[in-house]
Amino acid sequence: MANVPEGLYYSKDHEWLRVEGETGTVGITDHAQGSLGDVVYVELPKAGETFAAHDTFGSVESVKAVSELFLPAGGEVTEVNESLNDEPEKVNNDPYGEGWMLRVRLSNRGEVDSLLSAAEYEDYIGSLE
Amino acid sequence: MSITKATTHVTQNEALVFERSQAGRRGYRLPALDVEETAIDDLLPAELRREDDLEGVPELSEPDVVRHFTRISTWNYNIDLGLYPLGSCTMKYNSRLNERVARIPGFAGLHPLAPEEDAQGALEVMYELQQHLAEITGLPGVSLQPAAGAHGEMTGVMMIRAFLDARDGVTSDEAKRRKVMLIPDSAHGTNPASAHLSGFTVKTIRSTPEGLTDLDHLRELCASGAVAGLMLTNPNTCGIFERNIKEICRVIHEAGGLVYMDGANMNALVGVARPGDMGVDVIHLNLHKTFSTPHGGGGPGSGPCCCTAELEPFLPVPRVVRSDAEGGGATYGLDSERPQSVGRVKAFYGNFGMHLRALAYILTHGRDGLREATEAAVLNARFIAHGLADTFDRPFDSPPMHECLFTDKRQTRKGVHTLDIAKRLIDYGFHPMTIYFPLIVQGAMLIEPTESVGRAELQQFVDAMKEIAREAVEDADTVLGAPHTTRIGRLDEAAAARKPVLRWRPAEKAAGA
Amino acid sequence: MRYIPNSPEERQEMLRGLGLSSAAELFDSLPQDVILKRPLDTPEALSEIELLERFEAMAARNAAARRPSFLGAGAYHHYAPTIVDSLIQRSEFFTAYTPYQPEISQGTLQAIFEFQTLVCQLTGMDVANASMYDGSTAMAEAVLMAERVTRRTRVLVSAAVHPEYLRVTETYVAHAGIELGRLEVDEETGRTSLDASALDDGVAAVVVQSPNFFGCVEDLRAFADRVHAAGALLVVVVTEAASFGLLRSPGACGADIVVAEGQSFGVPVSYGGPYVGLFSTREKYARQIPGRLAGVAFDKEGRRGFVLTLATREQHIRREKATSNICTNEGLIALAATVYMTAMGRRGLQEVAAQCAQKAAYARRRIGALEGFSLPHSAPVFNEFVVRAPSEAAGLLRRLASEHNVTGGLALSRYLPGRPNDILVCVTETNKRADIDALAEGLKGSSR
Repeated sequence: MANVPEGLYYSKDHEWLRVEGETGTVGITDHAQGSLGDVVYVELPKAGETFAAHDTFGSVESVKAVSELFLPAGGEVTEVNESLNDEPEKVNNDPYGEGWMLRVRLSNRGEVDSLLSAAEYEDYIGSLE
Repeated sequence: MSITKATTHVTQNEALVFERSQAGRRGYRLPALDVEETAIDDLLPAELRREDDLEGVPELSEPDVVRHFTRISTWNYNIDLGLYPLGSCTMKYNSRLNERVARIPGFAGLHPLAPEEDAQGALEVMYELQQHLAEITGLPGVSLQPAAGAHGEMTGVMMIRAFLDARDGVTSDEAKRRKVMLIPDSAHGTNPASAHLSGFTVKTIRSTPEGLTDLDHLRELCASGAVAGLMLTNPNTCGIFERNIKEICRVIHEAGGLVYMDGANMNALVGVARPGDMGVDVIHLNLHKTFSTPHGGGGPGSGPCCCTAELEPFLPVPRVVRSDAEGGGATYGLDSERPQSVGRVKAFYGNFGMHLRALAYILTHGRDGLREATEAAVLNARFIAHGLADTFDRPFDSPPMHECLFTDKRQTRKGVHTLDIAKRLIDYGFHPMTIYFPLIVQGAMLIEPTESVGRAELQQFVDAMKEIAREAVEDADTVLGAPHTTRIGRLDEAAAARKPVLRWRPAEKAAGA
Repeated sequence: MRYIPNSPEERQEMLRGLGLSSAAELFDSLPQDVILKRPLDTPEALSEIELLERFEAMAARNAAARRPSFLGAGAYHHYAPTIVDSLIQRSEFFTAYTPYQPEISQGTLQAIFEFQTLVCQLTGMDVANASMYDGSTAMAEAVLMAERVTRRTRVLVSAAVHPEYLRVTETYVAHAGIELGRLEVDEETGRTSLDASALDDGVAAVVVQSPNFFGCVEDLRAFADRVHAAGALLVVVVTEAASFGLLRSPGACGADIVVAEGQSFGVPVSYGGPYVGLFSTREKYARQIPGRLAGVAFDKEGRRGFVLTLATREQHIRREKATSNICTNEGLIALAATVYMTAMGRRGLQEVAAQCAQKAAYARRRIGALEGFSLPHSAPVFNEFVVRAPSEAAGLLRRLASEHNVTGGLALSRYLPGRPNDILVCVTETNKRADIDALAEGLKGSSR
């Protein structure tokens, strides 16, 4: 069973969002990394770029698949996890920790309300099985 | 006397040519220069000349080179060794006679820019092949220029673009609207890629539970009015004939679009049914599949385009044409005066060496042999489908044509998946089937035996598959760890993609990098 | 049919085993109205003897294949060691498929890796793919890649690029939103002029061929600096791969993408194909490269092998968003080139290049000294050069062929109607001094 930590927000595209003040940290869920398989490359934007909620901000590649990444809530990218360039496997090994992808200055805190809670997301992935 | 056994067989452990190189070794000899030598600085100033002395390029003797490539060749499976049942790839026998034909000096030594009057034989070969392909497909316009299947697809959909622009006008709103190319979800990935390259937007058509194109969805998509055409493989990638093909073509034509057929699976149809008679407007053929030109470890291919008379003006230039002189005798020529043509898709005239082989194939088979090959290919696929029907899950009930589709559904309970079954087949001496394609079928195994295999070997294949199915239940670890009989085991593809090493470098530089 | 193992009787038995009574029933899933109700109108089968006779008779009508030839312009007559053809005819190579199952395709994969490395060494680049269809399509793909890398849409192409390569590129970019501009050729030098005003920040790439279509070696270094200053990529096209043995590599001159026709490396001219396109670039653009790539991988025991890698760029995964629609490479021809480069080796590639340049220089001196003939371009050449004849070139070459049995080169009017008297002459190590002398004598005698 995939790990779905409490206290994060989740999207149906399988991204998670951790909110600390104005800053949101984004990554993909344990369920997502599990279905992708071994992650070999993560394509991310540059700090300073701005995206709306649900915009494509990059892609994640396994050996034989590519998935687009969607931003759960809009904002300006303030920091990118550059270490994924050399160690994309962090997305598999620690999706909610060292495998984080972006930090965003959230443009509208209200957008967070439409995201799923841990329990709701767990139900959602259960319904996909 | 004692024999010391080498820990690894030398032929199984051949290094790279660069690692084998020894300064001073030579594998060639040229005649001495027979003209007065010009001082190098007078030929080319130093700043235009190489400075690196080609450092790193190997230095080997002729036996070194022969041993090297012979040794590594033995690590390849190949058609001549046995059944190579890759679905949608048509791995049939590659005749030695065709190889001999392609090497006749009058063809192999003919320069593509030789004057047409001095290249009549080559032009005749191309013209004759065009005629036969037109007859086989029922589509009279043929260009042999595309170099591969995907290249033929690109050519075909560009012709559709050019036709629509000519019909509707490039600047009219109609031309702006017709941008949608419909492609079934079961299609080969080159279809959407080729459509995109030709300026189309791709919309995906669903398949029915029977594995056929969903006609209702097709009608719905056509209702939008933006449809430029459809790209359809027939028999489709599930190995099933699209029995509604005439209706499909009618719907597309009524919607103002054209039908492109991917001819990858023509080995199921030659002599039996013709795309032109079904309503198809343009098709590409894979000479390296249906017409047995060798796959060569991944090319060269050849992907001629055949089309209706209506589309003929849009074929690539130059065209190979024939003019009959009064009182008999024909001359062949190249015609570039086709103002509506999509242009050139390749320098010169296509992969001529493959045209020779394909023509030799057609003439060797004769009209009866072409149909006989189709029947034998479909029969062999049916034999396998029948033999495995009780053991593996079949996603669709329709009778297969030249290839049959199974899944790993019954084997996954013990954790054995399609990949494992494929790898285990290697231990039984067979090349695996096509796996995980078409994408719409989970755990797909697509098996195409072709006509080039006898029934005893087909039975051996069926037996091997059944044995693997038994192992999947009783001894799953053996299957999961396969292959066990190869020089190397399963390779870590994830690590290879994370830190790609795409070329050899000298050791000291590699260490420093 | 002798290629079908199961005899008609065996097939009947197999049909019965399936509960069918005739082969026609195999096609019962096809509607009756699409079934062909007559035999194909193609010829009756030929025996091996008859077939060879037919092809030999057609081959005999290719008179040009039997004459000493000075044709180049994208296809070159070079010597190929015998082992090139004998090795590529091994079943293990020529009857194998694309190496999708690496455990039983290591021969093909290792050869591709060696090919990629050799291409990098010769072009002076970091990364090369497993090959493209040919030089012309490789150039088109390079232009598409330059747009992806720079997100700019204008590409300037030298007018001294092979005209067929340009036509192919025009076809490829017709729907890609790329606009092709033209860089003129300096008539005096025969080299491309780079008009600084054309190099604005909308330019994705500048495409230059060297040696160019007229045989002249371009000053790539000077191009690179100016192209890079404008934030564009320098794409270098090479049609005569033998030149790599002598000329400074495009990589050393600052090229960002190098595409080349590899036919010179052991591949017969074969009326235009199959050939092999070489494609190489800088490390930082590896993920934008079209086509297949082989890379190093290890198994659980730590044994080295090779796999197709970075496949997510390709059409079977990314579909319409792929870097190219290409699926197949030119596997067997790339192998021929690999065997050629290995057999000739470091010294052989240099010696071939040196002989080409030396013999071309000799031919240039001989023809340049003929009355009425001139050499219009002043830039250095490798093994091709333009000769301006005193009369119309096409007719002159016809007389040369029929009266002196020499194919003297290419009448440039085939592509460039404004150059009625110009002949592009190509000399390689296969042209003996006596042939060159015969060419010069023949030109003199035919120029009436």
